[in-house]
Amino acid sequence: MSVLDETYQVIVVGAGHAGCEAALASARMGLKTIMFTVSMDSVAFMPCNPHIGGSSKGHLVREIDALGGEMAKNIDKTFLQSKMLNVSKGPAVHSLRCQADKLQYSLEMRKVLQHTDNLTLRQAEVSELLIEDHKIFGVKTVSGATYHGDAVVLCTGTYLKARCLYGDVIEYNGPNGLKAANHLSQSLLDNGVELFRFKTGTPARIDGNTIDYSKMTEQFGDANIVPFSFTTDPKSIQKPQVSCYLTYTNEKTHQIIMDHLDESPIYAGVIEGTGPRYCPSLEDKVVKFSDKKRHQLFVEPEGLSTNEMYISGASSSMPEAVQHAFYHTIPGLEHAQIVRNAYAIEYDCINSEQLTHALGFKEIRGLYSGGQFNGSSGYEEAACQGLIAGINAALYVKGEEPLVLNRADGYIGVLIDDLVTKELTEPYRMMTSRSEYRLLLRQDNADLRLTPYGYRVGLIDEERYAFVQKKQKMIDDEIARVKKVFVSGNDHTQDLLRAFDSIGVNSGASLEELIRRPELSYDKLAPLDPNRPNLEEGIREQVDIQIKYEGYIARQKKQVEHFQKIENKRIPASIDYDDVPSLRIEARQKLKKIRPENMGQASRILGVSPADLSVLLVYLDSGKYLHKEEKFES
Amino acid sequence: MFELDTIAAPATPLSPAGIGIIRISGPEAVINTDKIFCGKVTLAEAKTHTIHYGKIMDGDEIVDEVLVSVMRGPHSYTGEDVTEINCHGGVLVMKKVLSLVYSLGIRPAEPGEFTKRAFLNGRLDLSQAASVMEVIEADSEAALKNSMKHLKGSFSHEIKGIRDMILHETAYIEAALDDPEHYELGTYGDKLKEKLQPVISRLQNLSLSYREGSLIHNGIRTAIVGRPNVGKSSLLNFLSRQERAIVSNIPGTTRDTLEESVRLGDLTLHLIDTAGIRRTDDTIEKIGVDRALASIDEADLILFLLDSSRSLSEDDIKLYHQVQDKQVVLLCNKSDLEFHRDIEEFCRSVNCPVVYFSTKTGEGKDELMDVITNLFFHGALAGAEDFYVSSERDKLELESASHSLELVCGSVDAGMTEDFFSIDLMDAYTSLGRILGEAVDEDLVNRIFADFCMGK
Repeated sequence: MSVLDETYQVIVVGAGHAGCEAALASARMGLKTIMFTVSMDSVAFMPCNPHIGGSSKGHLVREIDALGGEMAKNIDKTFLQSKMLNVSKGPAVHSLRCQADKLQYSLEMRKVLQHTDNLTLRQAEVSELLIEDHKIFGVKTVSGATYHGDAVVLCTGTYLKARCLYGDVIEYNGPNGLKAANHLSQSLLDNGVELFRFKTGTPARIDGNTIDYSKMTEQFGDANIVPFSFTTDPKSIQKPQVSCYLTYTNEKTHQIIMDHLDESPIYAGVIEGTGPRYCPSLEDKVVKFSDKKRHQLFVEPEGLSTNEMYISGASSSMPEAVQHAFYHTIPGLEHAQIVRNAYAIEYDCINSEQLTHALGFKEIRGLYSGGQFNGSSGYEEAACQGLIAGINAALYVKGEEPLVLNRADGYIGVLIDDLVTKELTEPYRMMTSRSEYRLLLRQDNADLRLTPYGYRVGLIDEERYAFVQKKQKMIDDEIARVKKVFVSGNDHTQDLLRAFDSIGVNSGASLEELIRRPELSYDKLAPLDPNRPNLEEGIREQVDIQIKYEGYIARQKKQVEHFQKIENKRIPASIDYDDVPSLRIEARQKLKKIRPENMGQASRILGVSPADLSVLLVYLDSGKYLHKEEKFES
Repeated sequence: MFELDTIAAPATPLSPAGIGIIRISGPEAVINTDKIFCGKVTLAEAKTHTIHYGKIMDGDEIVDEVLVSVMRGPHSYTGEDVTEINCHGGVLVMKKVLSLVYSLGIRPAEPGEFTKRAFLNGRLDLSQAASVMEVIEADSEAALKNSMKHLKGSFSHEIKGIRDMILHETAYIEAALDDPEHYELGTYGDKLKEKLQPVISRLQNLSLSYREGSLIHNGIRTAIVGRPNVGKSSLLNFLSRQERAIVSNIPGTTRDTLEESVRLGDLTLHLIDTAGIRRTDDTIEKIGVDRALASIDEADLILFLLDSSRSLSEDDIKLYHQVQDKQVVLLCNKSDLEFHRDIEEFCRSVNCPVVYFSTKTGEGKDELMDVITNLFFHGALAGAEDFYVSSERDKLELESASHSLELVCGSVDAGMTEDFFSIDLMDAYTSLGRILGEAVDEDLVNRIFADFCMGK
């Protein structure tokens, strides 16, 4: 039988949010790339919630954009509603969230993929990795076709040996009835890759025509829409928005769930996979917060071409009949018709400790991976990993240094460091609290932080790079100017301060001092600053934040300095931990397994104590090691 | 951790010896020494392994005449750039120079840190390095058997409790940020402040307890005050004669106060003789008086001397008013002559303890000891192991932790949102962690080197 045999430079397996970013990055960096999907109609498909962004995830989307990824641009084209969250809190936790038109999102992404040079799309299931001597050289599909490639990026999402469960029903398919990928797991195991089994779940979709919205609270979008992408013109996306609705569960709902708890496959022990604590099913919430009489549910539109509504906060794996019963207890859903029922999904993923910070496999050269395959959860988490994995696969083929972001560079750095350093026991979801330096890693300054990296790898063009550099300079200049402005205590000043309920300044005050007052801002004080240049909003915002929170920012920068020093203490790849005397057994095993790249990463490994680190440090710095290796870099 | 910052410490003990050396090591050693050194040459331009005469300046004021050696890495003790300030001995001068050095942003070296740097920079040979590795080996085995070893003691226990509390509060804030539906913040800031305030005062008290330890280890700076011819020299003789006195009279050109250290039981007193405090119109003498008054400012203890055979003068009263805010002990020289009634009345009227002494019989010595112990150590002189805070470094960490917590309270007052609190909460957490050796830190290595080669 004759079989197909083709050659590419980079092969991407999967066309979800990770796969799309990986393939686009690789192709845009000039490498001949092919992307496989089990269904060409499900490219950039959103099988769960119909929104992009949200607390801390919004940061990831902004960072993807700054690096030259696609997610932010795509949601700007297809959003139904936009909202900046947490505006009552500090700028570190402001986060953008957009309701997406799911179908449009998928179609627009497909358009982008199809118009990208160097990129081939193919519908086929990859079944085997071709690896020799710890180096990958291609993949095989179920049809027997061979595709040669220097690097492979695995972004298989929740499809590996997927099965969907509700009640005692088990369906052996991927999300939303899509075909599962059943062969690749074995090939991974054959090549020594350690697999985990994780689970996640999704709530029901309900016919919007059968919902009584008068019993719910309408949730509007922001009056002034802020784009996700730094390159989208805000004026171009101001448009009428679609509402979401807020309703609550009640004791009746909880009673039905408690009465039927033994019918849930999770509580009945049918599900082997570990679910995310931070995205719990309604059953989990009812059990965990048994003192809570109600839980919030957000009813969100799935798109303009469907009347289906997504019931956010009510994922479940109860039997169909129980689902119908409990959804009907919810105000506004009394007569609701369920279009697609809720279910849990179980799938294979890898132990991400096998990866480097570049998202490449430590033991298999040329093999990279991103997304839920790595044990994360969420579209944004997937997309940013896909982007980094794609970039690094391309850099690997080009023979260049990998792109590694650390915890002080961005949320992406935090996410990847957590994935590769800390053993996951549940799907990893990004959260604000995971980032130590979040006052510096704001969503509003992602462009300033990360555009240079995107430029370095070739995903950001000269013009964009120059623009961001100019923006930085204008911010710096304006801050320097503001610091010299003194506001006199005349009537004009007093009137303006009074208008904002701010205490008067008889003998005048520095403008800087006034900006720091919580009730005032850079913009509000414009009338007292006649020589102020005309600056665009993005710049004014930076000036305001950097002056207003200067003390906090300075202290956080100090923390980062300390962090960087430890991070810069590199551990040579050739170190043999068996040669290091006095390491405790647990620490030795962990260090051997994870092989941290520097002392900072070593310090974050669970089971490695400060004492172990000291032993390691002295060993590395001591003369003993010098005899075996080049001098330890500091 | 692991940072190669610039460090300094006395290379000779802080004692009233004839000469004292302060060693500074690190990348900014030379450049920083230049900032306080005034000599014929700039040290930055000096050749390596040379010694230079000059003055240590605090602004316009001369602190001491010194010799400074410059040794550049890698051919120095630590392998880094090193300067050594040879000052006139005497605890006061050395401390003054040290505090100047620290004020430049140079960190106090920990015990053994110079040696550790020497080792890490390859200045110690392999056999020495191997022996250090053995020490580490032994130590971490011991640590295995008793992982709580460095957590022993009530101080550690308390710090750990405070640290846990800080972590708990931070975790709550973070949980509320990520899951606002299930964690209420509401008036959290005020509640947090209420919880933090007692912790702040406790941390401040703990850092003050360092003073007690320091007074025991380094002695009490004691100024003898009294108008001329009131019997100061006989008091000096009385104190020095009774006990082994370590005397070092350095009539240095830059100072005109005499320093002596005497032992009084378990106490060490650094005596500052402030000769000649009285009203004067003589300009030159006035300068001397001003200096004496300044040294009173620096003193921990004032021994206020009265001659009980003479009537109380206006000078006495005036002088007493000048020092009464400090820790004062009134000393009445009990002579064979008759007690003056003025004196008796005055002694009854003052708030400070009064001790009558006789230089002839030695009477009053024990009482003076008790009185001082009472004043500084709340009645009892604790054993060294009971000192909560015995290292300068722990004290600085305590101060830094309480400062960070104060910043949190400040944020609450300024109406900042909760997400700002965690920045300073985590700083406090890290500072306290460094005391316990639980922050990822070089602590264990430091401790080993402290054991390995103390005081170098």
